[in-house]
Amino acid sequence: MSALTISGLCKAFGGLHVTNEVNLDVAPGERRLIIGPNGAGKTTLFNLITGEIGPDKGSIYLFGEDITRVPSRRRPHLGMARTYQIITLFPHDTIIHNVSLALLGLLPARWNPLIDIKRQGHLIEDSRAALQRVGLADIAERPLAQTSYGERRRVEIAMALAQKPKVLLLDEPFAGLSIDERRDVHQCLMAIPRDVTIVMIEHNMDVALEFAERITLLHFGEVIVEGTRAEVVADPRTREVYLGH
Amino acid sequence: MSARLIALAVAAAALASLPYWLIGDYYVNVASQILFYAIFALGLNILAGYAGLVSLGHAALFGITAYALAYTMQAGFGHPAAIVVALVVGMIAMAVFAMLSLRATGIGFIMITLALGEIVWGLAYRWISVTNGDNGINVHTRPTPFGLSLDSPVAFYYATLIVFAICVVAVALFVRSPLGAALMGTRDQPRRMNALGFHVWAIRFWACMFSGLLTAVSGVLFIYYTQFISPQTLELTSSAEVLLMVISGGAGTLLGPIVGSALVVIVKSVVSGYIERWNMLLGFIFVAIVILMPEGIVPGSVRLWRLAWRKMSAPPRPAAAEGKP
Repeated sequence: MSALTISGLCKAFGGLHVTNEVNLDVAPGERRLIIGPNGAGKTTLFNLITGEIGPDKGSIYLFGEDITRVPSRRRPHLGMARTYQIITLFPHDTIIHNVSLALLGLLPARWNPLIDIKRQGHLIEDSRAALQRVGLADIAERPLAQTSYGERRRVEIAMALAQKPKVLLLDEPFAGLSIDERRDVHQCLMAIPRDVTIVMIEHNMDVALEFAERITLLHFGEVIVEGTRAEVVADPRTREVYLGH
Repeated sequence: MSARLIALAVAAAALASLPYWLIGDYYVNVASQILFYAIFALGLNILAGYAGLVSLGHAALFGITAYALAYTMQAGFGHPAAIVVALVVGMIAMAVFAMLSLRATGIGFIMITLALGEIVWGLAYRWISVTNGDNGINVHTRPTPFGLSLDSPVAFYYATLIVFAICVVAVALFVRSPLGAALMGTRDQPRRMNALGFHVWAIRFWACMFSGLLTAVSGVLFIYYTQFISPQTLELTSSAEVLLMVISGGAGTLLGPIVGSALVVIVKSVVSGYIERWNMLLGFIFVAIVILMPEGIVPGSVRLWRLAWRKMSAPPRPAAAEGKP
């Protein structure tokens, strides 16, 4: 059974077809890269998959279960987590509190108005463990405002990993990073075990190509090319719309 | 932490012994007013401070509770029944307000709460058969919990103080709880909170209900204090005044609304005895707060204090550095 299946997905904003009859089939444990020029509809596709916007047509299946009509807030509970291209964190809090919120999102305790969140041992431990995976455990107590851009990218990933997702959607995890920071993030991603399926949008081809097994090329909301890394890179249409040479 | 505990102990001792060092019924009454308005401000702060939802209709909820109590008393019921009815009616009103206004955030939320507040004020003013219009409704007695009369200002002060203490503890617990953290999360990053699995609307709704409960509790204390309710209490000015308490003291802090309440009540009732244009003075104070410490008196004072402390404790710099502007 596929981890994530999308069939005939359509979304139009007015007359603009941002997603047009997109079909996608991602196997469990696969590393899928989604590429495409600016405005190809990559982030919209992610927003459709996570349910932040509703499709006009088509269906989305997570491990065979139709989740097209499941509210976006329920999808993390079904094993789907995402990161944002534009960093979306809690700026007034510490790093560890950011990760704790991610964990809390899946716990019934999130409705509790009486217990002290800072005294929930398991929550703190699990948050620390998630930060360990991205190499930020040493600065867990640091306020987010005092962290670098690269560290924030890793906090984003730690928050997604903390939720122990089955399908992880990464929206440009390398965007805006220096070479050193890119290497750090790359290491985090390589260390993610195979029971997590990863779909990643990325422009930075040298890091992304190494990571991905299969690649989907989007152009004007449609899937133009799909195949293994070698197939897609060799395809003339890829050169025409994306690589540009 | 220990410094904080000492400050807390000193404040608690000062409040508990207030009638012994602040002589005169008048001043004890002012202290009672500060306390129940502080509960009101704490309630509004749950929304304006921690949820990022500014309400301009809270005076209506406060007033509905007071009217419900006065009306139930007038119908011949006792104090316990009247208090329960008042709190329940206040909460139902809050639920209705929340369901209508939580369709929006930001300016939209402000405008819907403002409109709802004006509707309730209009009803209080015009629906004379129920509210007695401009003449208002009197409540002739105060309750006697455990057989203790609350008729004297000092007794009423202590009753208010106990309720106030319970409310402060409740808010303090809520703020450090997972639900409180989730609420602040929905203020800062609602989209992310939704993507993390939180039900943003429901979190905001429960925050409204908690805010409404505190507002209703202060409404009950208010009507027993003044023993009178009229449409004036529900005016937009009252909503704005409580919002100013929250913002001037420091929205999103525990102490801020309490300090803000003290500031507004003292200027309104004590200073107004000496300065005829106390409204203008209050205006000047707010302008000064906005300029000097836009985050509010409590966080602003903490910031200035830290700055001063750092300057005092810093080693003297070389003359060259000091000469620079």
